[in-house]
Amino acid sequence: MKIAFTTAGVDLASEIDSRFGRAPKFLIFDTESRAFEVVDNSQNLNAAQGAGIQSAETIVKLGANAVVTGHCGPKAYRALTSAGVKIYNTEIKSIEAALQAVESGALTPATDADVEGHW
Amino acid sequence: MKIAIASGKGGTGKTTLAVNLAFAAGAHTQLVDCDVEEPNSHLFIQAKRVAKEVVTLPVPLINEELCIRCGKCARFCEFSALAALGSIPMVFPEMCHGCGGCMRICEQGAISEVRRRIGTVESFDSNGVTLVHGCLDIGVAMAPPLINAVKKQINASGLVILDAPPGTTCPAVAAVKGADYVVLVTEPTPFGLNDLKLAVAMTRELGVPFGVVINRAGVGDDKVQRYCENESIHLFDEIPDDRRVAEAYSRGELIIDAVPGYRELFVRLLDKISEAAAAGKAEL
Repeated sequence: MKIAFTTAGVDLASEIDSRFGRAPKFLIFDTESRAFEVVDNSQNLNAAQGAGIQSAETIVKLGANAVVTGHCGPKAYRALTSAGVKIYNTEIKSIEAALQAVESGALTPATDADVEGHW
Repeated sequence: MKIAIASGKGGTGKTTLAVNLAFAAGAHTQLVDCDVEEPNSHLFIQAKRVAKEVVTLPVPLINEELCIRCGKCARFCEFSALAALGSIPMVFPEMCHGCGGCMRICEQGAISEVRRRIGTVESFDSNGVTLVHGCLDIGVAMAPPLINAVKKQINASGLVILDAPPGTTCPAVAAVKGADYVVLVTEPTPFGLNDLKLAVAMTRELGVPFGVVINRAGVGDDKVQRYCENESIHLFDEIPDDRRVAEAYSRGELIIDAVPGYRELFVRLLDKISEAAAAGKAEL
């Protein structure tokens, strides 16, 4: 399984960025190989609108099955779930700790958007 | 002659200027309120509504049987109104600007149009002055198409005063585009000057000739005047900071009727603006 984390950092010790649509980067962690890659998302950072939808498209293209982020708005939620991507909202700071929480089952997937658009 | 009244900053007096100029000009003038997110020109006039129409946008509807999931429509859409995630494209109608591009790019003919209501356009008559305004439906964030629908009501034969929305983003551009002349209203304060500079940049980019009116003259400093001098921008006039004007405004009255001396000021201002607009038009 591939898990995408929203972040401004470059490795597992980095913090999770609370924004999904306007996350500066995605860290994609492969739970089988235990390897990760970091993908730039900065083109969406300054989008006037539709950032969540664009980011969801990027996530699906990268083949991620799950997203771990702070918050996810309604359009991104709709796009991600339609593609079968699970969304985990968390307050956990570090990617490492959040990864552990997902793998141990301590975090459960969201059942709805947790914020309004343009929060 | 189409004259747009605009400003970078909100609350500088665009509506005050637009409404009073229109009524100073009198019958056969069209006053076009382009601030569809918050139309307010009508608050200052006694008028009878003569027409009302609903404005809709064409948004895509995907025929799932014809769609081959190629994703061309989603890649074409500049506004992320379509998202192709390997499945049938998802439509986000609230993002759609109604350009129709997705329908044209789809080789399968899998996209048809459905109408999405975005607001209304109303026309009013007040002693021969026609007011047209648009009202965006609550929750709709799609001002430019409605502004364009409002502007379709323009009858170009007489004087047309357009009251533009504040700012320098798409709604302001939609309102000002196609005008023969732009009057930028500002106030003599640091905020007024900062946003005037933005509005000047927008208007220059659009290639429309323009001049400046300072409202509430006396409340701030002389930096707007100095800026206009340095930039060779024509400064028409200054409307003084006058408590009587504020009181008349708060009662929803026309300044030209309520405060002595102001009809003359606005008639004079209208003459100067019309002259500059005619000259600007001649240059083009």
